[in-house]
Amino acid sequence: MDKNKNIERKVVFWPGNIIVAEAAIAAGCRFFGGYPITPSSEIAHVMSKRLPEVKGKFIQMEDEIAAMGAVIGASLTGMKAMTATSGPGFSLKQENIGYACMIEAPCVVVNVMRGGPSTGLPTAIGQSDIMQARWGTHGDRPVIALTPAYSDEVYSETIRAFNLAEKFRTPVFLLIDEVLGHLSERLEIPDPSEYELIERPRPTVKPEDYNPYDPSFGDVPPIADYFSGYRYHTTGLNHDMTGFPTTSQELGQSEQERMIRKVMSKVDEFESYEEYMTEDADILIVTFGSTARAAMVAVSDARAAGIKAGLFRPITLWPFPEDKLRELSKNIKGIVVPEANLGQLIYEIQRVAHCDAPIVGVNKVGGVPIYPNEILVKIKELV
Amino acid sequence: MSGHYEARFAAVGGQGILLAGDVLAEAAINYEGLYAADSPTYTAQVRGGPTKVDVIIDNKRIEFPRTTAIDFMLCLAQRSWDRFAKDLKDDCIVLIDPSLVHEVDEKYRVYRLPVIEITKKKMRKMVFTSAVSLGAMAGLTNIVKPESLRKALLKKAPRGTEDANKKAFQLGYDAALELLGKSG
Repeated sequence: MDKNKNIERKVVFWPGNIIVAEAAIAAGCRFFGGYPITPSSEIAHVMSKRLPEVKGKFIQMEDEIAAMGAVIGASLTGMKAMTATSGPGFSLKQENIGYACMIEAPCVVVNVMRGGPSTGLPTAIGQSDIMQARWGTHGDRPVIALTPAYSDEVYSETIRAFNLAEKFRTPVFLLIDEVLGHLSERLEIPDPSEYELIERPRPTVKPEDYNPYDPSFGDVPPIADYFSGYRYHTTGLNHDMTGFPTTSQELGQSEQERMIRKVMSKVDEFESYEEYMTEDADILIVTFGSTARAAMVAVSDARAAGIKAGLFRPITLWPFPEDKLRELSKNIKGIVVPEANLGQLIYEIQRVAHCDAPIVGVNKVGGVPIYPNEILVKIKELV
Repeated sequence: MSGHYEARFAAVGGQGILLAGDVLAEAAINYEGLYAADSPTYTAQVRGGPTKVDVIIDNKRIEFPRTTAIDFMLCLAQRSWDRFAKDLKDDCIVLIDPSLVHEVDEKYRVYRLPVIEITKKKMRKMVFTSAVSLGAMAGLTNIVKPESLRKALLKKAPRGTEDANKKAFQLGYDAALELLGKSG
């Protein structure tokens, strides 16, 4: 987000969940379908009040599955649409998330992560849904998941989630956690002139010439709004460019490859991460979201103790910024992967890192965040 | 205030203590140009369950948003003390209501102030417990200026309750000064 010093920004003090709701509205979201679930409920609460004020629609559905269905339906009519949930609801939504991937319906799914599995710990932090975001729904498909760590980033990444969903015609996950969802801190709301809003590609051909999956328009074909005069078929089955089912192997292959390619060929354009003191680091910490804030303190404390530690924090967790990590891990003496789960991101680091150095986790569940000194202890063990 | 300050407000759900945390944080941000982070802890029960809110104030951006060394703790329930009296600095200022909290570790700088009795007798509505508590905190500490806290409280107070909140804040403030042996 460009920072322009001449712009006077409004300063607010909102919990992360309210930031998500307000940023969604700023991004142009005009539909929320949901089913309240702690610790995400404030998002639904605020949307139920704010959406009618901007001529949007809020609907509380009978369950999480239906809520995801409502979001997909709203998206097909041309609205920017979202839902918000937490672990158990994220599990229920997986089938319809796959459907949204298959029909290429832009939408945003917020998961305010809590302790799991099952109903687990409704009111406390977990970061254990990151692999579910990556692999939760069946079949091959692209996955974009954003993991902000600070209030200003929660705002900007919420906007970016809508932009990426629209740009690539795909669901985008915004993964925060209970700590961020309920944490209030100083936030300067960016002025709308400071960020770009992206709209999905829409057809320019006549309705009778329109095919919803026409590859001649490139990897992201234009999508017509339902009820705008363009009639087309939508199915979760393998489909041809008209949208009707097909069992053609060639088309099955080329369409699935296109769906992956539409995101992965542009990954350089939206991949994002933060580095802190990595230039000369011997010990690299890799973590994301609120846990990265503990890691920031641990790095400073380690440096004060004469240990060259650094932090690599992916903001786009999926696709994982693997080239950068590969480069950073070349001359490293050890990697520490703190996460509020029993070891998930560490598998990705083991896959990507280019080193023989030890890769160790700091894993904590049970609803209390990882503290800086717990990371520092692990750093010291590696030196 | 300079540097880094951590405060914890602990009570049971329904006493309105979460509001006190917000007021302190907003006083720091809006009237003193500081950074603040406010994290409430939710328990499964809403009313009657032990609850707390932690506020961190700093003159630079706050990295780790949870408390690790608490400078001030207000506590209005024994079971909240039993559960949440952790990570307090040895010289932590502890403000308790002696009718609700009976056993605390006396190694801290403990101040006993009848917040509930003051609220009940002089305000006649328990919703002003937070305002009385904030006033008392303003008298006992110098985290932010009393005037900043008062302004933040009045900004947050529902319309029509400003005068009553002002009065409640002053009652707490005066009682704290009396306790310290200073005149209001």
